[in-house]
Amino acid sequence: MTAPGRPRVRVPARATPGEVIEIRTLIDHPMETGLRKNADGNPIPRDMLASFTALANGAEVFSAVFRNATSANPYLVFHARIDGPTAFTFIWTHEDGRTEQATATVAVN
Amino acid sequence: MRQGRTTTMLGRRALLRAGGGLVMVSLLTPAEAGPPAEIESAIRALIGDASPQDGGIALQTPATAENGAVVPLTIAVDSPMTDADFVRAIHVLATRNPTPGVASYHLTPASGKAVVSVRIRLAEKQTILVLAEHSDGRVTRAQAEIAVSVGGCLT
Repeated sequence: MTAPGRPRVRVPARATPGEVIEIRTLIDHPMETGLRKNADGNPIPRDMLASFTALANGAEVFSAVFRNATSANPYLVFHARIDGPTAFTFIWTHEDGRTEQATATVAVN
Repeated sequence: MRQGRTTTMLGRRALLRAGGGLVMVSLLTPAEAGPPAEIESAIRALIGDASPQDGGIALQTPATAENGAVVPLTIAVDSPMTDADFVRAIHVLATRNPTPGVASYHLTPASGKAVVSVRIRLAEKQTILVLAEHSDGRVTRAQAEIAVSVGGCLT
C-alpha cells in the first residue's frame, strides 16, 4: 500500500459567468495493476485508484472510473461551466475505499 | 494542413493495398487477430446493446508513443453540452493490452465542454477505441492506432 502524494489541481482564480474553464488535476499514485512482477518474479500487489469525482458547490460536474490502462500518477484535464462563485471539491477514491481530497475556488468577475 | 491531408490519402491507398493480405492472414491464423471476444464483451458491459456510429469525436494522440507507460490522449466530442443534449460518458478501451479497460469519464451539462485530456498505458502497438454516450442514447465511436516504442504495462 503506497501513500499517495498530495493531489495537485489548477483552476483559474476568476471567470466570467457562463465561461467554461479548464481544470487540471494530478495525483501521485503508482496505479499498480497487479499484473507486473518484481525482479524476483513475484507479482507486485495491486494498488489502484478506483475513481475520481469533481463537485462544484456540492453537485457532481465530472467523474472518472479508472481501469488498468490509466497511467501512474493519473492526470486529468476536464472542463466546467462557471455560473457564479464556485467551490470545487475533488475526491480520489482508492479501491479499498480510502479517499484523497483537494479543493479550489473560482470567483466571478 | 495540406501536407497532413496528403499523408492521409497515401495512408488510405496503402491500407487498401494491404487489405487483401490482411484478410488472408486472418483467415489462416485467427488466433493472431487478438481477443475480439474480450473487447466485445467489455464494450457491451459499458454501452449495452447500443450500435456505435463512427464520427463526431476528435482524438489527439502521438502516432508513435516513445513510452507506453505514459501516452497522452485528448478526446473532444462534438456536443453543445446543454441540458437537452450533452455527452453523458466517454469510455476508452485498449484493444491489445492484457485487459481492455482504460477508463470511463462521466460528464454533465455543467461540464460545458466534452473535452478530456488524460494519459494512458499501452503494452504494444494497437488501436484504442473511444465511445461517447450521448444524452439521447446515441453512441458515437472513434479509434486511433498508436505505435509504442517501449511497452508500458508489464515492464
